[in-house]
Amino acid sequence: MSKPVDDKNKHMFDDPKNIKRVIHALYAVCGVSLLLDLVVHRHVDHPWERLFGFYCLYGFAACVILVLVAKELRKVLMRPEDYYDK
Amino acid sequence: MTSSVAPFLIFYISAVLAGVTGGRLRAAIMLAVPVVGALNLWGMADGTAGQLVLLDYTLTFMRVDKLSMLFGYLFHLAAFLGIVFSLHVKDRIQHVAGLAYAGSALGAIYAGDLVTLFLFWEMLALTSVFLILARGTERATQAAMRYFLIQVLSGVVLLAGVIIHAGTTGSIAFDFIGLGGVGSWLIFLAFGVKCAFPVLHTWLTDAYPEATPTGTVLLSAFTTKVAVYAMARSFPGTDLLVYIGATMAMFPIFFAVIENDLRRVLAYSLINQVGFMVCGIGIGTALAINGAVSHAFNDVIFKGLLFMTMGAVLYRTGKMNGSDLGGLYKSMPWTTGFCIVGAASISAFPLFSGFVSKSMVMVAALQEGHPVVWLCLLFASAGVFHHAGIKIPYFAFFAHDSGIRCKEAPRNMLIAMGLSAVICIFNGSYPWVLYSMLPFPVDYEPYTVAHVLTQSQLLFFSALAFVWLQLRGLYPPELPSVNIDTDWSYRKLLPAAAIAIRTLTGNLAAATRDWTVDAFSFAHRKIYRLHGPEGVLASSWPTGSMAFWTAVLLLGYLLVNYFS
Repeated sequence: MSKPVDDKNKHMFDDPKNIKRVIHALYAVCGVSLLLDLVVHRHVDHPWERLFGFYCLYGFAACVILVLVAKELRKVLMRPEDYYDK
Repeated sequence: MTSSVAPFLIFYISAVLAGVTGGRLRAAIMLAVPVVGALNLWGMADGTAGQLVLLDYTLTFMRVDKLSMLFGYLFHLAAFLGIVFSLHVKDRIQHVAGLAYAGSALGAIYAGDLVTLFLFWEMLALTSVFLILARGTERATQAAMRYFLIQVLSGVVLLAGVIIHAGTTGSIAFDFIGLGGVGSWLIFLAFGVKCAFPVLHTWLTDAYPEATPTGTVLLSAFTTKVAVYAMARSFPGTDLLVYIGATMAMFPIFFAVIENDLRRVLAYSLINQVGFMVCGIGIGTALAINGAVSHAFNDVIFKGLLFMTMGAVLYRTGKMNGSDLGGLYKSMPWTTGFCIVGAASISAFPLFSGFVSKSMVMVAALQEGHPVVWLCLLFASAGVFHHAGIKIPYFAFFAHDSGIRCKEAPRNMLIAMGLSAVICIFNGSYPWVLYSMLPFPVDYEPYTVAHVLTQSQLLFFSALAFVWLQLRGLYPPELPSVNIDTDWSYRKLLPAAAIAIRTLTGNLAAATRDWTVDAFSFAHRKIYRLHGPEGVLASSWPTGSMAFWTAVLLLGYLLVNYFS
């Protein structure tokens, strides 16, 4: 997440380069946190946790599944904005 | 103890005072109330007081122990933040309702018996509905009526349960009840409605987003947390709650992802967070209850903060749909920053408040042998970051520039948001003050290398998924729309069924009427033919024919006699 900076007229994310920077920083922390899994000897409460990159994979997969399923749900659940006003 | 006043009284009296004063005096009274109330709490010792004997039962207005004190302080804090946030509001009704609502929540928390709990349970509904009505729109009015009806009904169910429970056990004590007879199930159901159990949850997602910008902040703090408190008191260790809680943590996030109204997104995520608490209460170990209660504390502050930031946006722009907003970081940088603190807290980033409380419930789930529930909660943790942690700040303040340029939020709003943000960071970075207030001694260390690393991995890769989906164009865009939920059953199905039944009965009645009329007119026609002016039976007969027929009869008689 980035910190917003409000200067006179030119704003931080008006420059696509800054958006790129944020995304690259995210890639970097993702990579580092994954690699730390090799170094840090984690305490585990459950055998699944011991798998390399378990939390990384789970977090990524959970969000992708969440969004794709929710998108499908739209087909069933979505109605026009004034649906209940009619 | 004896020198203290029942906390709800302070708020009720000040609600009256706020009703008859105005301007700076009212503001001063309102700001003083939570402070005076908190000082009042300071002097309390454990025990019960304020008892009133009514028929065979003793009503207790003040039961003081660690659990009620934690919620007591929490509600004073939440009331203070909510009051600061709403100081700019001129509407007298909202201020009076807000104070009375906070007082009712305190009354319920300190209730020592189920009858007193019921009284304040209904007062919560009665006082809070004005915060929704005050919005003044047709939509809000209708949502308020639905909200009020369901809330009052939950009170009726509670009362029925209490009566049956008292009849079978002879006790109205507001202590551990556990699932047993019909009475306890009804009490459980009533608590469940206010907890927003799945299928019973739509009063919350329906009404909260329709309340005033400041009203929603108060609403999000009290009603559901009173229910969590009641659950923790009466049904800890109830296995069913583990599964209900896991469901509550899971299902709302799907709705949140596709919801356009950002305050409704937060309403769904409120249910998701209460799910963690309900699950912890169901697990019922000291660690789990501590987790549930401390998460309730943190949730009131960070969810309040998130509702404040969205309230500020609504107040300044008049818009709340993700499809209409975007780019507001340029106009409201402070609000943006506070929103990000709230987002980080609800997502449980290390150093932010959610990190030190939610994980207690998750560790307890594993320790008590619920690995599948643990996976569900982990899924919900990733999901909550996705919809509340990223979606809310992203679509309101970043995303595409909507072109809206407005003023930064009013100063009182900024102060309230700033204070909330400070509490979020303080509790997250230095949890031991919060831990010392919990009902059980805390034997839990949140800041282990493993916990910090795994939680960071979960969140970073969730963010990565968001970026990936956005860049690939797979992320569902914000669309002007509504999504149907179980409230569809009483907002569409029930009215449609009523109309259908009315039409059907109408048709039946008409058919019966037609048939009856037909039958009568048929009978009438028949009788008329026989008895009418032209009818056979109505025609007059001449005397001659009478004599003739008499002669015929006599002749017949003669012949019969003659031959026999």
